[in-house]
Amino acid sequence: MTEITMVQAVNHALRDEMRADDDVVVLGEDVGVNGGVFRCTADLHAEFGDDRVIDTPLSESGIIGAAIGMALYGLRPVPEIQFSDFIWPAFDQITSELAKMRYRSAGQFTCPMVVRTPYGGGIRGGHYHSQSPEAYFTHTPGLVVVVPSTPYDAKGLLRAAIRSEDPVIFLEPKRIYRAPKGEVPDDDYTVEIGKAAVRREGTDFTITCYGAMMPVAMEACEKAAEKGWQGEVLDLRTLLPLDEEALLASVTKTGRMVVLQEAPRFCGFGSELSAIVAEKAVDVLEAPIKRVAGFDVPFPYTLEHVYMPHADRVMHAIDEVMTY
Amino acid sequence: MSEAVLQILSPTGEVDSARIPALSTERMVELYRHMVTVRAMDTRMLALQRQGRIGFYGTCKGQEAATVGSGAAMAGEDWVFPALREGAVLLMRGYPLDKYMGQLVGCELDPTHGRQMPCHFSSAEHHYVSLSSVIGTQIPQAMGAAWAAKIKGDRVAVLGYMGDGATSSTDFHCALTFAGVHKVPCVFFCQNNQFAISVPFSKQTASDGIAVKAKAYGVHGVAVDGNDVLAVYAATHEARERALRGDGATLIEAITYRMEGHSSSDDPTRYRDSRTVEEWGRKDPIERFRNFLELEGLVSAALDKEIHLSVKRDVDGAIAAAEKVGQPDVDTLFTDVYAQIPKHLKEQRDAILHERRDGEAEGAFPL
Repeated sequence: MTEITMVQAVNHALRDEMRADDDVVVLGEDVGVNGGVFRCTADLHAEFGDDRVIDTPLSESGIIGAAIGMALYGLRPVPEIQFSDFIWPAFDQITSELAKMRYRSAGQFTCPMVVRTPYGGGIRGGHYHSQSPEAYFTHTPGLVVVVPSTPYDAKGLLRAAIRSEDPVIFLEPKRIYRAPKGEVPDDDYTVEIGKAAVRREGTDFTITCYGAMMPVAMEACEKAAEKGWQGEVLDLRTLLPLDEEALLASVTKTGRMVVLQEAPRFCGFGSELSAIVAEKAVDVLEAPIKRVAGFDVPFPYTLEHVYMPHADRVMHAIDEVMTY
Repeated sequence: MSEAVLQILSPTGEVDSARIPALSTERMVELYRHMVTVRAMDTRMLALQRQGRIGFYGTCKGQEAATVGSGAAMAGEDWVFPALREGAVLLMRGYPLDKYMGQLVGCELDPTHGRQMPCHFSSAEHHYVSLSSVIGTQIPQAMGAAWAAKIKGDRVAVLGYMGDGATSSTDFHCALTFAGVHKVPCVFFCQNNQFAISVPFSKQTASDGIAVKAKAYGVHGVAVDGNDVLAVYAATHEARERALRGDGATLIEAITYRMEGHSSSDDPTRYRDSRTVEEWGRKDPIERFRNFLELEGLVSAALDKEIHLSVKRDVDGAIAAAEKVGQPDVDTLFTDVYAQIPKHLKEQRDAILHERRDGEAEGAFPL
C-alpha cells in the first residue's frame, strides 16, 4: 500500500498497463515530454518513447479520430482531452463514430479505448475549465461512462477501462486530483466497471453522487448525523451502465433520496436517477426526491463558490426530505 | 489547375503509352468488369429505390474509374476507409454479392443486420471499415489506422476516401495536419466530383483544386484525371509505394463528375446545367477504357457482350435472392451496442419482445 493522489493513481495505472501491454498508447496535447498539464502522464514519455506517448497537434477531433483508427487497427489508445470543456470538437467522433462502431459493423470493428478527461469545478477555472459534461455522454448508447472519486478507484477503474472491450469516457474530478490522498495497493488490481460503492451506510436517507461530489455528500452526512439522521452515500462510480440494483436497494432501505451532482440540474444525470426511482420504487418513497445540482447557468468564475453544490446546500435538501 | 493533371487515356483516344501501369491482360479486363458491374448495379438499384423497394441509394455513375482504379491499387492487407461511392472496392476485395445486396435491401443476408442505410457496408475480413453518413469523420480514422500500422511496424498502407465537400470539414484539416507531422502511411483519396449535394466546387473552396492543399500540410499532392482508370491506378499505386517506403502520406485529387444526383433523394436538374452533364458524359470512364481495351485487342465485342450479360445476370440474381429473405431478428436491435448486453438493454429487449408477443396474439402486428 502507498498513499498517493488521484493524479499519481492515474499515472500509475497508465504506466502499469503500458508495461503489461505493448498495444497501449497515450496521445493528446502536452502529454509527452511535459507529462500533461496536470502531470497525469508524467515520466511516461521517458519510459515508453515517441511511438507510445504521443504529443499531437492541437485538435480534439483529430486526437479522437486518430485514436479510433488506432483502436480499429489493434492498438489500445488512451487519448487525453486536456479539459473536458474542450471535448466538443471531438463530440462528433465520440458520439457518431466511437459509440456506434461496434453496432454498425455488427461487432466486426470495435474501438476499445479510454478517453481520459478532467472535468468539474472548484479550481477557479471559469466557463471553460470547470464544466461537467457527463450527461451528454450517458445519453449516447455504446459508451461506458466512468467517474472515480478516490485514488484507489481511479487506478482500479482506469486499469479495468483500458482492458475493457468497450469505449470508455473516463471523467477525472480534477478538484480532488491532489487531495485527499488515499491508500492504493501496489499490486495488480482492478475495480469492476458498473458497480457502485456505498461510502457510508445509513438508514434514513440516500445521497447519490459521483466524482468530486462524493466528499461533499460525506460532509453533508456528518452534519445530518448531528441532527440524528443517518445518511447513506451511494457513490455510483460508473454512470453507464448504471448499477441500478444498488440504487434501488439503497433507496428501498432508506425511503428518501437526495440526488447530488455539480452539472446543471435540467436534464442532468441525476434526473435519470430520479426517474428510475420514480418508475420502479415510488412506493418506498417517504418524501419527494430532491436534486442538488449546479444552477442552469453557464459555469461562473467569481461566484463559483455559490454555484458549486456544497455541504450546506446538501444539508438543506436533507432537511427537506427528512421533515417532509 | 495549377498542378499538372495526370492522364494516360485521353477522352479523345490518345494514349500515353510510357505511363501505362504494368497490369496483366486479365487484370485489365477485371478492372473493366468491375466498372461495368458498378454501372449495372447503380442503374438497377436506383430503379429499385424509385419503386420503393430500397430506401436510399447513392450512385457512383461517372466515377467508376476513380473508385475502381484506386481500389485496385491497394493490396489485400491494406485497409480501406470508404465514403459513399466506394462500395465497389469491397466487391473487388472479394466480398460476396449476396451479402452486398443484403445490405442494400436491409434483409437478414446483411451481416450488419440492416442497421444502416443502403451503401454503408462493413467487412473486417476485407479491411473495409464501416462508414457513417457523417462527412469527413473517416479521414482522421484512416490516418489513425495507418499510424497504428506504422507504430506496429506492419507493411500496410491505408486508403481513405472522401468527396470534395469533405475537404471543408474539420476532420480533413486535422487528418492531413497529423499525417504530415507524423509521416503516416496513408493515401487520402478525394473524389472531386464537383458537387456536395447541390453546392458546386466553386462554392466549396476558392482553392485552385484540392491537390494543392497538400503542400501546406507537408504531404505529397497529386491531381489525376478521375475518369481515366489507368491514371487513377498509377497515381494510387505510386502513393501506396510512397507510404510503404516511409515517405508519408499523399493527397490524391481525382477530378471527375457525378453524373447522377448526390443520392436517390435529390433532383440534380434543380441545381445544374444539363449541358455540363452532357459534356462530362462524353468523357465517360467506362467507354474510354473500353475503347482502349478494344484497340489493344484485350477485349473483343463478343467478350464485352458476355461481360455485360454476366454482370446483369449476377446483379438480377442477387436482387431476387435478397428480396426473398426476411428482416433481421428484433433481438439484433440490442446486440453489439456493447461487448456484452448490459442489464438495462436486456430489460428493454425483453419488454419489446413481450409487447410484440402480446400484439401478435391480438393480431396487431406480426413478429
